[in-house]
Amino acid sequence: MEKLRKRWLSLYVENQIGVLSKISGLFSGKSYNLDSLTVGTTEDATISRMTIATVSDDETFEQIKKQLNRQVEIIKVIDMTEMFIKMKEILYVKVKKCTAEDKTSLFQIAGTFKGRVIDYGRDSLLLEFVQTGAKNDAVIKLMKTEFHNIEVVRGGSVGIESISVMDR
Amino acid sequence: MKKISGNKLLIKALKEEGVDTIFGYPGATTIDLGDELYRQDDIRVILPRHEQALVHEADGYARTTGKVGVCLVTSGPGATNVVTGLATANYDSVPLVCFTGQVPRHLIGNDAFQEVDIVGITRSITKYGVTVRNRDDLGRIIKEAFYIARSGRPGPVLIDLPKDVMAELGKAEYPTEVNIRGYKPNTGVHIGQLKKSIKLLHTAKKPLFLIGGGINIAWANGLFTEFARKTQVPVVTTIMGRGGIPTEDPLFVGNLGMHGAYAANKAVAESDLLFSIGTRFNDRITGKLDKFAPNAKIVHIDIDTSSISRNIQVDIPIVANAKDALEKLVEYGEPCDTKAWRDEIRGWQERQPLDMRKHHTMGPKDILDVMNKEFEKLIVVSDVGQHQMFTAQFTQLDEKKQMIMSGGLGTMGYGFPAGIGAQLGNPDTPVVIISGDGGMQMNIQEFATAVLEELPVIVCVFNNMFLGMVRQWQKLFYGKRYGMTNLRSGALYRESGSQEMPRYTPDFVKLAESYGAQGIRVEKREEIAQAFCRAKENKNTPTLIEFVIDPDEMVFPMVQPGGALDDMIVD
Ligand SMILES: Cc1ncc(C[n+]2csc(CCOP(=O)(O)OP(=O)(O)O)c2C)c(N)n1
Repeated sequence: MEKLRKRWLSLYVENQIGVLSKISGLFSGKSYNLDSLTVGTTEDATISRMTIATVSDDETFEQIKKQLNRQVEIIKVIDMTEMFIKMKEILYVKVKKCTAEDKTSLFQIAGTFKGRVIDYGRDSLLLEFVQTGAKNDAVIKLMKTEFHNIEVVRGGSVGIESISVMDR
Repeated sequence: MKKISGNKLLIKALKEEGVDTIFGYPGATTIDLGDELYRQDDIRVILPRHEQALVHEADGYARTTGKVGVCLVTSGPGATNVVTGLATANYDSVPLVCFTGQVPRHLIGNDAFQEVDIVGITRSITKYGVTVRNRDDLGRIIKEAFYIARSGRPGPVLIDLPKDVMAELGKAEYPTEVNIRGYKPNTGVHIGQLKKSIKLLHTAKKPLFLIGGGINIAWANGLFTEFARKTQVPVVTTIMGRGGIPTEDPLFVGNLGMHGAYAANKAVAESDLLFSIGTRFNDRITGKLDKFAPNAKIVHIDIDTSSISRNIQVDIPIVANAKDALEKLVEYGEPCDTKAWRDEIRGWQERQPLDMRKHHTMGPKDILDVMNKEFEKLIVVSDVGQHQMFTAQFTQLDEKKQMIMSGGLGTMGYGFPAGIGAQLGNPDTPVVIISGDGGMQMNIQEFATAVLEELPVIVCVFNNMFLGMVRQWQKLFYGKRYGMTNLRSGALYRESGSQEMPRYTPDFVKLAESYGAQGIRVEKREEIAQAFCRAKENKNTPTLIEFVIDPDEMVFPMVQPGGALDDMIVD
């Protein structure tokens, strides 16, 4: 069995009540890992698009794709794991009880990791990062070691196939 | 433009779909539909006595006619009662359309009286389910439901009908075409893959056909038999695939799996090419996975991509309907030199034939042997337990005989109602139901349905006074501690020797008679044939034959739980 690794799927689904529940239920019912799932409408109001990240081995991942494909409400399943895609995730980190020193280093962190400080309080800062999930993981890890009082919200990755730029 | 109510449109839709029989149980949210049905004569309505049985009846009807089974129940408890039936149909790929009533839209989400989220509850056990939220969508959704249920890998579809949507006036047209962008079942066959598989078949030394329920679902038995006879390759089947080739054909080795024939399991273990059609390699047939068919390359033909390379790795996957694939295979197949291989298999059959110990009074095989002789044309429906395994082992099947049972889910209580459904769909074919005394009591109320519909079903209850299949495990693996399986005593009764066991409850013969059916009790081998004859004379009423069986009767061979397929307990 191939080792576990992270994989990405993009789904076109009917924009109907219950579809999200059906897909998440499929993952829980069959014990598939669901790392993140994002969903939103598209240019066509009847269709939603989902980006799913899952950690699985080759065989399980094949099953996941097949199981998704046989659902009536799922129009198309695209495996983005090996494709050239653009994929980003939004991450908010709120740091509370900051000293002046903390604030300076937070501005530096934001600069280094291509984030932005988007809100400011007497003893707190709010940072925003829009980058790959892996980079956001690194930011969260760093923030956790440097600061004790943080609040993290992340959106899950959304992805789309590249047009001409051949990197991820 | 003419407008009609949703209720009227549903009746019209059923007629246009060619539905001649539906199984319905009324309630507040479907009373209007009941009224519409009362005012027409084209569709026969059957009133079972419990919604679980209702679905099994529609299921038995569908499996034995090839038509879609149609169910209609009310919201809330009516809907939750269909869950077991839908799951049963789902795991055996049976086409059903189940309509559930629902509270009016403005009450949905309020915990209204008899409101349940039945679409949510059944999401993982149906092929598709949806609540109709707009009257305009009703026709399209019904059309799609029938299409989804019967196409591709068939399965149950649930349509939830809010009462106000059904009362609303709207379009009178029922669509004639379907176009579902997310659902395009496979219709072609990959010829290249088929030719590769045939090449393997022609060059293998020990090729073996492994046939699953897919053959029966596709009604491809005749084609497969032709293919097997042309290629001279021996055949093993799952219990759901039994009948894929007549069981008396010399090429038929037996069922494989947990209670498979010794020679069949042995052949799988020795084969160098498993050519499998319409099976999902369920754990009950493979035994320990890494010891399954260790020497074989595997060809797998199945309509459902997700069944392929799921439990076992397949060398040549072919996604196709069994019938479509076989039409080509019959054309390409050529005689293979399998004489030595068939002789080897025959050796195993002779060494360890499928048989049962001869009993001084009457054993299960005695009954099934008589049944095999007494009927030329037959539908056999089994419930779940030891008697089911006996039935699967010893029932002879050919073009004129069909056998159905709950294979995937193993639902006790399935047999009797499914047999009623089968008889309704096949008024001219004798239907014999085989049930245990435990499972018989799970839907025994259906005697009322069978009597009122004047159905001559023959219900054989193998009464061993225990939940036999569980008892078998207790006897073999749990030191004969028969907890919760003794149907004559309390659940945790411990034998002390001196105590008298109470009489069996109920008295099945009297019970049958109280419903207006015929009841016969048989205790000796010599009485079996006569009982069947008396049952056959009963043209307009059901007959229950209670066969009193020794509880120590065991199903053998048995693959050691968790063991390899050829690691069998033979007696
Ligand atoms: C609805 C349901 N409940 C429980 C089981 C577990 N089970 C499988 S076989 C069996 C015993 C069946 O006993 P009986 O109907 O008397 O048939 P026998 O095995 O004695 O032939 C039980 C309890 C089941 N399969 N289905």
